[in-house]
Amino acid sequence: MNSEKRHIFSVLVENRFGVLARVAGLFSGRGFNIDSLNVAETHDKSISQITLVTHGDAQIIEQIYHHLNRLIDVIEVTDLSTAGTHVERELVLIKVATDDPQKRTEILQVAEVFRGRVIDMKPASLVLEITGDEGKLKAAINIFNTYGILELARTGKIAMLRGSEK
Amino acid sequence: MELSGEQIQVDSLKGAQILVNSLKREGVEYIFGVNGGAAMPIFDALYDETEIKLIPMRHEQGASHAADGYARATGKVGVALATSGPGATNLVTGIATAYMDSIPMVAITGQVFTHFIGSDAFQECDVIGVTRPICKHSYLIKDCEEVADVVAEAFHIASTGKPGPVIIDIAKDAQNNEALFQYPETVDIRSYKPQVHGDPAQIAKAAALIKEAKRPMLYAGGGVVLANASEELRELTYKTQIPITVTLMGLGAFPETDPLAMEMPGMHGSCCANYAFTDADLIVAIGARFDDRVTGDLSKFAPNAKKIHIDIDASCIGKNVPVDVPIVGDAKNVLTELNKQVSTADIDPWRNQIQEWKRKYPFEYEQKVDKVMPQYVIEQIYEHYSDAIVIADVGQHQMWAAQYFKFTEPRQWLNSGGLGTMGFSLPAAIGAQLGCPDKTVVNINGDGSYIMTIQELVPAVTMKLPLKIFIINNMYLGMVRQWQELFHGKRYSAVDYHDNPDFALLAQAFGATGLRVEHTEDVVPALLKAKGITDGPVVIDFIVDEEENVFPMVPAGKGLGDVIRGLA
Repeated sequence: MNSEKRHIFSVLVENRFGVLARVAGLFSGRGFNIDSLNVAETHDKSISQITLVTHGDAQIIEQIYHHLNRLIDVIEVTDLSTAGTHVERELVLIKVATDDPQKRTEILQVAEVFRGRVIDMKPASLVLEITGDEGKLKAAINIFNTYGILELARTGKIAMLRGSEK
Repeated sequence: MELSGEQIQVDSLKGAQILVNSLKREGVEYIFGVNGGAAMPIFDALYDETEIKLIPMRHEQGASHAADGYARATGKVGVALATSGPGATNLVTGIATAYMDSIPMVAITGQVFTHFIGSDAFQECDVIGVTRPICKHSYLIKDCEEVADVVAEAFHIASTGKPGPVIIDIAKDAQNNEALFQYPETVDIRSYKPQVHGDPAQIAKAAALIKEAKRPMLYAGGGVVLANASEELRELTYKTQIPITVTLMGLGAFPETDPLAMEMPGMHGSCCANYAFTDADLIVAIGARFDDRVTGDLSKFAPNAKKIHIDIDASCIGKNVPVDVPIVGDAKNVLTELNKQVSTADIDPWRNQIQEWKRKYPFEYEQKVDKVMPQYVIEQIYEHYSDAIVIADVGQHQMWAAQYFKFTEPRQWLNSGGLGTMGFSLPAAIGAQLGCPDKTVVNINGDGSYIMTIQELVPAVTMKLPLKIFIINNMYLGMVRQWQELFHGKRYSAVDYHDNPDFALLAQAFGATGLRVEHTEDVVPALLKAKGITDGPVVIDFIVDEEENVFPMVPAGKGLGDVIRGLA
């Protein structure tokens, strides 16, 4: 049997109502996994870009590829994990507790290590914005957990092929 | 200025009229529908219509099955029409049936006024949401300006590539508002370009494998019928002289009367076809999808065979069974190319083996004393209606019909193979008869399935359709009863249909001819009598042996080699 691998799909779709439901419905209906999903309009207003992270063995990944292509509103599907080298990023907002003012400086120093930006600060908490790949965000979340994370929101991954590979 | 104002008045039409005009442009002959609040403007536009005939059905499920039957029999797009809410949800079974068998259909549903959408208005239902997983595509029209373009796209999508049902949900204000009617001359959807031509390199590989094989077999399915590729399939078979099995969905694509025909494979298929799968060293699948009812236990399926898989739908290839040579394309195109590269296969020992299996293990049954055997009824139907279009329902009678009627032409055999929808056949027969007025249409039904859509006898009587409705009545939900007998210790839970009404009398109450046959010697005379009745439907209720089972049978989860032959 094939081993399961993580794949990132870039899916260009018609920017129409109901398209996201068709894509999401395809995954739930056929028992495929969605690890993360990001969708937004592209520079061409008639097209939206969906970045979808999933996992499965080679046969499942192939099925996902073909089933996505089968949707009428899907213009193009690229499996970034096999199509070439790509860059990927995700953005996370972390609200960290700063009840103990002594810890605040320490937290800010840690944020600096992750090139995080402070985008809100209150007496008892601050909100950090950190961008990076999966490994970096995981490391950051682990550290801030030790200070007490009050709230966390992630965009889900976005990705694209490097240079002229497309 | 006043003049141009008048000009606009003259040219603009209501959305409902634009819809009807668009359907005419698509060559629609029949619309099967049930009227209701949110679709009234469309029905109103059809009231004076002469080119399109509106067929009022008695239940929306009947409308969708009739549209489906019309499409299966003619190859054209079937059209069903219903109102919002319950009208639309009643269409759902028929839409799912068409989707599973890739039947080209356009289902039109009225929707509540745009400003009511999302407010849980009376008879409101999110039809697009409900039908999303069971249609090829769907449209919600809120603006009458979109109607013509949407209809053109819907027909294009429904009928090209892998065909399938497309939903057009149209808000009532979009039906009432006015716009100019301009029908697009061509349709170009940038995100929809079906791959119809097979990769030449892959076709060459397939031809090479066919040449090398010692025990090859062809395995053709409903895709061959949908692609109108029956001629090309016959050419491939005759040219190579390779034995062929045709699935339940493809019956008739290759004549079952031919010596190379191994008949249907799978759960209730011929032992020959199933043994051939198990021993073959090459399987050439054409428009067939390795369905679980065909393959049985996948781990035991065709262990020694390389697989060539020709299919229009890339997602069907490699879904259930790993494939050595995938060819994405339309069966007609691919076979035309493949046929140029093949010659007679040098496989005499294998052909002899096939002939021996065919001789040793034909479909057979035991004639019980004082019982009308269902298989005998089918044999006699074949004897007297061999040229008919046969529409079966779902259950034991369907399997017996597939086994004992020898189909020789594509679109001669229609049935709900994928979804297995009981109640499909009577309304589908209405659609088929309207689509093929010069053909005799035989509906082989079960007592359980017949009563699920029996109300559609009304339009059949009204239109004086000469349907031959033959009920194989064993007073049970027979296929379920068979499984209960074999796998549930004869605990016949909820399958006893002895309380059904007398179908012959009921037919008469509907205004049809009704006959009841209880003895073997009356079978043929009744069939002959039915032949002479041409001014309306005739229903013959054949009271058959109650506990006869369908054999051969590969029990669910077993391999094809573990087939129970039944009589040994």
